[in-house]
Amino acid sequence: MNAAALFGGSRKAEPGLLPDPRLGNPMPWVIAIVIALTVIAAGSGLALRNAATSANATLNGGVIVQIVTAAPASRNQQADAALAALTRTPGVIEAHRVAQDQLEGLLEPWLGTRPGDTIDDLPIPALIDVRMADAATPDRIKALRATLAAVAPAAQIDAQAAWLTPVFRALATLQWLAAGLIALLALATIAAVVLAARNTLVNHRETIAIVHLLGGTDSQIARVFQRAAGIEAGIGGIIGLIAGVAAIVVLAQQFSALGSGMATGAALGWGDWLVIALIPLGGVGLSVLTARLTVLSALRRMV
Amino acid sequence: MAEPDAEIVQFDNVGLRYGTGKEALTDISFTLYPGRFYFLTGASGAGKTSLLRLLYLAQRPSRGLIRMFGTDAITLSRDRLPGFRRRLGVVFQDFRLVPHLSAFDNVALPLRVAGVAEREITRPVDEMLDWVGLADRRNARPATLSGGEQQRVAIARAVIARPDMLVADEPTGNVDPEMALKLLRLFESLNRLGTTVVVATHDVHLIRKVPDSLIMRLDKGRMSDPTGALRYPPRRTTPAADTGYADMPPVDSKAGSDGDGEPPLGFAPA
Repeated sequence: MNAAALFGGSRKAEPGLLPDPRLGNPMPWVIAIVIALTVIAAGSGLALRNAATSANATLNGGVIVQIVTAAPASRNQQADAALAALTRTPGVIEAHRVAQDQLEGLLEPWLGTRPGDTIDDLPIPALIDVRMADAATPDRIKALRATLAAVAPAAQIDAQAAWLTPVFRALATLQWLAAGLIALLALATIAAVVLAARNTLVNHRETIAIVHLLGGTDSQIARVFQRAAGIEAGIGGIIGLIAGVAAIVVLAQQFSALGSGMATGAALGWGDWLVIALIPLGGVGLSVLTARLTVLSALRRMV
Repeated sequence: MAEPDAEIVQFDNVGLRYGTGKEALTDISFTLYPGRFYFLTGASGAGKTSLLRLLYLAQRPSRGLIRMFGTDAITLSRDRLPGFRRRLGVVFQDFRLVPHLSAFDNVALPLRVAGVAEREITRPVDEMLDWVGLADRRNARPATLSGGEQQRVAIARAVIARPDMLVADEPTGNVDPEMALKLLRLFESLNRLGTTVVVATHDVHLIRKVPDSLIMRLDKGRMSDPTGALRYPPRRTTPAADTGYADMPPVDSKAGSDGDGEPPLGFAPA
């Protein structure tokens, strides 16, 4: 089946002046590569956005209170007092002490747990995980610090988001990079279509001259090129979409195997998949518009 | 035939120069009237094809004035050119068929360009192909057609849309005498329906077959008027005297009635 039949192209307005586009032409494959790369870049950008949004939502109101004192009794007493004070503090929606075995588990890879290990003798700080209703701004941290100063003088208070600020910056940069890649790929699509249209114009200059002499208008001729560009971009778009989605699925499986909370938060939603599915349509639209403008510009220079 | 009341084409001191070379056409002035049959003669290189290119709006002159269908064709805007070109039928010397289209699609091209509905195209195009003897080559591409067959396709394409003016450059150069006569009858039939016909040819025998025709003659890029074709009112017949063709056999006025019947010009495309 040729592409014209596949896409139901009408021959009335555009009387088959150009040979029907076929997969043997390079253009569908160029478009397929560009669309596949665009799909991967868009998928990555959306996943990064989701990861940043998810992490930000999780960490935005998060505060860690550390009771840093070497004396175990004092540490436990200050931790209990701090927990009680935090529970009563307005704006704190949740506060719980991180269990000792969880803390030891965090240190286990470095300090070990085999017989003879001295982990129990280490003055590990007591940790209280606090969740606030609103973002842990410097003012709110300062207020918490004032609240705890009297009951837990060894308390150190940190906003969780502050630790990950460089990570958020890196994620934002990567999102901009993905957007930049998509813009460059769009430019590559335009360049490829311009070259293809000009090449076709040269190859079919005589046919175009004949149609002009028979009373064909520039718009009629441009529609022929638009149709060819649209069919080629459609074929390439479908191939590129399939390849790009396959790459995203493989990458998603690799990242989900990490078991990281941030990787889980990066999962693409239905809206994201819809955006990705629309990329080939955008490619077709861009190709059709580029072909039209290129051809009309060239035809205006003809008699 | 009633005398025409308005010219269809008017050339006034037209000159044409390609690049920086000498003028291919110099001081060309003439008027063509609706419903007339004109022959354009002249030696090779006299400028016949250049003149025809101006007539079918493929070329703008270097100087002078051209009016077509009552409008200044020199200053005609690009947007209005297609409308004027659709009123013309052109038989190119080198046929200029679209190579990847079948004979049917080549003949149908002017109708499709004009926006005629597909259902109204098939019958007249098939009738025209049948009439020029190419019904069995309907789906053949130009590369598989002989020179004569390509010429017949080109002629069928030129007349299929019933143009106001038909311009033909050596239209019978590649066909046998019988087919040449048949094609000439097609032009005459079109002419009787009101189409102005301009045929460039070397073939004096062909000229004799059209008794009411008028002759314009080009010599080294300049126009001469051996039959009074350029006068108004133009002469009605083709006199042998003063044409340079005095030794030609007499015009056979019945030649046009032989053949396979009336050509298929009864359709009315939009």
